[in-house]
Amino acid sequence: MQATTATKSAPSFKDRLLEALKGTFGTYFLVVVAFLIVQGFIATGSMSSALQGQLVPICVYVCAAVSLNLVVGISGELSLGHAGFMSVGAFTGCIMASMLAPIIPNDFLRLLISILTGGCFGAVAGFVVGVPVMRLSGDYLAIVTLAFGEIIKNILNNLYVGSDASGLHVSMSSVQDLGMTNGTVIINGPQGAVGISKLSTFVMGFLLIMFTLFVVSNLVRSRSGRAIMAVRDNRIAAESVGINVTKYRLMAFVVSAALAGMAGTLYAMNFSSVVASRFDYNTSILILVYVVLGGIGNIRGSIISATILTILPEFLRFMADYRMLIYAVVLICVMVLPNVPVVQRFMEAFKAKVPWLIDKDALEEPDLAEEGGNRG
Amino acid sequence: MEFLTNLINGISLGSVYAIIALGYTMVYGIAKMLNFAHGDVIMVGGYIAFMTLFYLGMNPLICVLIAICGCTLLGIVIERVAYKPLRQSPSLTVLITAIGVSYLLQNLALLIWGSNPKVFPSIAAGLPSLQLFDGQLNISAETLITIGASVIIMVVLGLFTTKTKMGKAMRACSEDPGAARLMGINVDTTISTTFAIGSGLAAVAGVLLCSSYPTLMPTTGAMPGIKAFTAAVFGGIGSIPGAVLGGVLLGIIEIFAKAYIGTQLADAVVFAVLIIVLLIKPSGLLGKYVPEKV
Repeated sequence: MQATTATKSAPSFKDRLLEALKGTFGTYFLVVVAFLIVQGFIATGSMSSALQGQLVPICVYVCAAVSLNLVVGISGELSLGHAGFMSVGAFTGCIMASMLAPIIPNDFLRLLISILTGGCFGAVAGFVVGVPVMRLSGDYLAIVTLAFGEIIKNILNNLYVGSDASGLHVSMSSVQDLGMTNGTVIINGPQGAVGISKLSTFVMGFLLIMFTLFVVSNLVRSRSGRAIMAVRDNRIAAESVGINVTKYRLMAFVVSAALAGMAGTLYAMNFSSVVASRFDYNTSILILVYVVLGGIGNIRGSIISATILTILPEFLRFMADYRMLIYAVVLICVMVLPNVPVVQRFMEAFKAKVPWLIDKDALEEPDLAEEGGNRG
Repeated sequence: MEFLTNLINGISLGSVYAIIALGYTMVYGIAKMLNFAHGDVIMVGGYIAFMTLFYLGMNPLICVLIAICGCTLLGIVIERVAYKPLRQSPSLTVLITAIGVSYLLQNLALLIWGSNPKVFPSIAAGLPSLQLFDGQLNISAETLITIGASVIIMVVLGLFTTKTKMGKAMRACSEDPGAARLMGINVDTTISTTFAIGSGLAAVAGVLLCSSYPTLMPTTGAMPGIKAFTAAVFGGIGSIPGAVLGGVLLGIIEIFAKAYIGTQLADAVVFAVLIIVLLIKPSGLLGKYVPEKV
């Protein structure tokens, strides 16, 4: 885009800084600055407790949105089952945390191991779901991911897990069926994971966002990432130059599921109990909304939109019953208004004034529509 | 006998899914968009019928007609305000808008009618149920009306799409909008009409659904909407006979899964069957296989 500036006279410091801020570095910078500002607010005690309670969920949704963007934006598949992977991560992470409780007293370390466990199981779930799903594409893929998400929810709703001295007990029918002698129930069917020790912290959320960003942005710029995007842009052309289509689509899907599993664990450990119904298709769609509003394929956009849309209902609280209504109206307006010519002209002028807001790595929107993707 | 009862209940539920799936599949076939707000139009239809039945005590048939008119009007308004400006946009933009409309309808319903579930009065009050095999097989009047109404709707819709000018225009648009436009068909109007018809069908589905499962809440339409969407894909999205077949099969599978496997896992079974079918036949049961062109 602007590579020509470097070949002319040496660019000034300001130019170089602006250039750097447009790239991935700028995204890291944005997150770090936001983190420091929030920490400052907490330290000075000028942040309401309601807003502080939103900090970890914001981190979770940012991670979920960035990881979903890998599938929707980079790989170009419409996935409606992202929350299913989050729930797998949430439940396995809770089991791990509960098992580690007597062994590792350090909260941070225990949370870290739990999140990694959640990520591993998220990846396994992503692989199991991904292998059949990758035979499909388009709207059929969307409905099958939705179906898998619902199946995962249904199974977790019927899952009973407990632990006692002899180890883990798993059942699909009832607590009594676990056959434990004075053990603790970790997952109690429709009541979900119970008795979770609330380990999640904003610092961990920040670290998870940085990790997610690191993984996704490095994957995108790697050889594999370019292969994934080649498959997205033209599957047949990619196949003809020797790219293993299924392998790269599956890679994006599994990495995304693993990151979602991690975010799920972080989410669950923020509450004392969490039910599987919390991760139904509405949650998947909510995350998809973040991705689409932030700009498909635009990582920084996902972060900003996930943050704003998570706090928005909090700021609209004074409107009480009307806040979800306002939320819906805002959502429709954001989608429809850019297609009204007057607004389009205004946005052009706005973008010209603040160029650093636009990610240099922002990718062209994949043409998910059969025809008529003429957005220019 | 238990098998037969389950089968008839399955067909009845399946007919409702089929009517909803018809709305999905027609809109998809012509506008290539997944109308996620369709399920919520069902809910609005249910509430309109509830108001006229419960508070005004009108004849059920008139109530259904009022609900149809209300939903058709709603469908036209939604289409004009939210979807029409997005004709040339990527399908994901339209999808998110549809989700926004879905939130909007649910929250409007929450404000107007409250979150307490309403008990839907029977539309077949006073009508006797059908007794067969010395009373061993008992088919309720609601079930008979549901199945009968679905058959009528399907026949009328079939005639409409094959015999009338508008029906032919709809099929032409779903085949090739560009060529249809060249032949002098107003594609915009045709898409709007399809929306109106789909929303009217949703109203009928709402009334039939609520008379069999009489709890009416702002979220009532969401799950049947998703299931019907599944049914439409199951049968091959874009295909009208496919939607009917998919809907009925899905209803039967759901009732049998509830009866023989357990209520808790019924939904999981339904979705698992969908996945298996799609893996064997990726374009759905009656969907056309379109080879990818280079």
